[in-house]
Amino acid sequence: MAKLMMKGNEAMALAALKGGCKAFFGYPITPQSELPEYLSRHMKDYGGVFLQAESEIAAINMVYGAASAGIRAMTSSSSPGVALKQEGISYMAGAELPGVIINVMRGGPGLGGIQPSQADYKQVTRGGGNGDYYCLAFAPETLQETVDIIKEAFALADLYRNPVMIAVDGLIGQMMEPVDVDRPIPDYDLPEKNWAANGTMGKRERNIVNSLYLKPVELEEHSLRLFKKYQTMKEKEQRYEIVNGEDAEIMIVAYGTMARICRSAIETLREQGVKVGLLRPISIWPYPEKAFDELSPTVKGLLTCELSTGQMIDDVKIANRGRLPIGFFGRTGGMLPETEEIVAAVLDMLKELRHE
Amino acid sequence: MSKVVFQKTKALTDKEFSFCAGCAHGIIHRLVAETIEELGLLDQAIGISPVGCAVTNYNNFNCDMVQAAHGRAPAVATGIKRVLPDRIVFSYQGDGDLASIGTAEIVHAAHRGENITVIFINNAIYGMTGGQMAPTTLVGQKTSTSPFGRTVEHSGMPIRMSELLATIPGSAYIERVSVHNPLHVRKAKQAVKKAFQMQMEKRGFALIEFVSTCPVNWGMTPKDALKWAEDKMLSYYPLGVFKDITKEAQE
Repeated sequence: MAKLMMKGNEAMALAALKGGCKAFFGYPITPQSELPEYLSRHMKDYGGVFLQAESEIAAINMVYGAASAGIRAMTSSSSPGVALKQEGISYMAGAELPGVIINVMRGGPGLGGIQPSQADYKQVTRGGGNGDYYCLAFAPETLQETVDIIKEAFALADLYRNPVMIAVDGLIGQMMEPVDVDRPIPDYDLPEKNWAANGTMGKRERNIVNSLYLKPVELEEHSLRLFKKYQTMKEKEQRYEIVNGEDAEIMIVAYGTMARICRSAIETLREQGVKVGLLRPISIWPYPEKAFDELSPTVKGLLTCELSTGQMIDDVKIANRGRLPIGFFGRTGGMLPETEEIVAAVLDMLKELRHE
Repeated sequence: MSKVVFQKTKALTDKEFSFCAGCAHGIIHRLVAETIEELGLLDQAIGISPVGCAVTNYNNFNCDMVQAAHGRAPAVATGIKRVLPDRIVFSYQGDGDLASIGTAEIVHAAHRGENITVIFINNAIYGMTGGQMAPTTLVGQKTSTSPFGRTVEHSGMPIRMSELLATIPGSAYIERVSVHNPLHVRKAKQAVKKAFQMQMEKRGFALIEFVSTCPVNWGMTPKDALKWAEDKMLSYYPLGVFKDITKEAQE
């Protein structure tokens, strides 16, 4: 199909519909409100349910309910709203329910601001809810990649019976870009939802959706089973892109909107003969540790660039395993850097590495 | 020749209840389950278990069950009912769950006129966690967090959820019942039946509040607890129908 010029939030909403979403529950918050607005207009064309909830807490629990009934469900919000959803996300992980949660990140902490940010990295990748659990989490860079990943997210959620988070920043939500919403996604052999609590209709034994295990031995067994699932995700779902990596002396590590700005900086630096590349995580949980094992021997240092004071840098340190020096550049609070600021940060790091 | 005059309803499993001896939860579970069976709803029913003393009642109701976070049962029920409008969805919630942490969820489920049935157990105390003060705790009542008795100055007056929910235009049927004697047990069953029938007829949000007992945390024998419920609770929590849109339509 031809490409459509769409606003990020609306493209994400359409992607959800194309991904088979049949139920949306959400609460208004800037900068993602166009997403529920779009679904309130179009969900019925796809035979699904749209409902504006009384709170983010209620919205995620409605997702929990619809997912319990075996229906593809999602919610979307922005940072403080996603904080409120953590209880329900933990319950979904515990009860092994699929679902998609989109976080159009804005500045924090607290009410923070409404401009683009990547300051929820830890909330997204470490889970703000209680217990031993993880969500699959993707942080796409362009609208096309966002659309493709949202569509696939519904299949991945069903495959793993686990919530999937999509973390984009407010810039991706608000900007316009051409997208093809009908690009095919990989085929998944998805198991039947024979666990769903949708009424026995006299045809099967009853189903129970539950995250409570009062006997420690049973809870440990359950947790270990979840852990095994997370290990499978770690093996199979690490996604990343390497740009200009073959001869790079410095690799920038950046995702989402920050990666876009870094691409411009890399272009400028390459024109000056500076060998710099980009390691762009697409999955932020599981973190693409494999990418760090495959770096070119020419790489002498890593520069982590984030729209925060430095959150992903901890994962960079883990993945780097002490091999290379790591630098950091960040802007936060909704401030976006100019290309020149990143260029300068790379040149500074290079100087330091060469002991100039 | 023998004749069966009473047997356990098919809507309850053989799993024993987890409730303390003398607690009214068992009676109420039986009433709900019998009603589900008698109305022929067992195959279509999906129940929501709360957090609190009834948390493991997914082991007892013999239909599909979903366990919900504390207070969120009406939101979970909404999610299920909206995607499967032809199923029968009910939640079973205590007063900590429904009248404290889950007030937003219950008020808005009623406000939207969700076509669900809510069974609300008011025993004026937190049972599961060991007898703390609830929003429904009576003035003067001693609990583990109101050791000198609840005072209005400190904690306000007890909240009357049925009266509150009846003022919401979206609610369809609201009744408060009690199970302190056999006569009221029978009356309560009629109320539960009405609440499920309202859902079958797609009339909207129905809630039955049970004035119930907690002998262990009240520090009473089961018999004294029933007497206390009748003497002390019913004067503040009067029984009756607070909302019935089928009656309003006739008037």
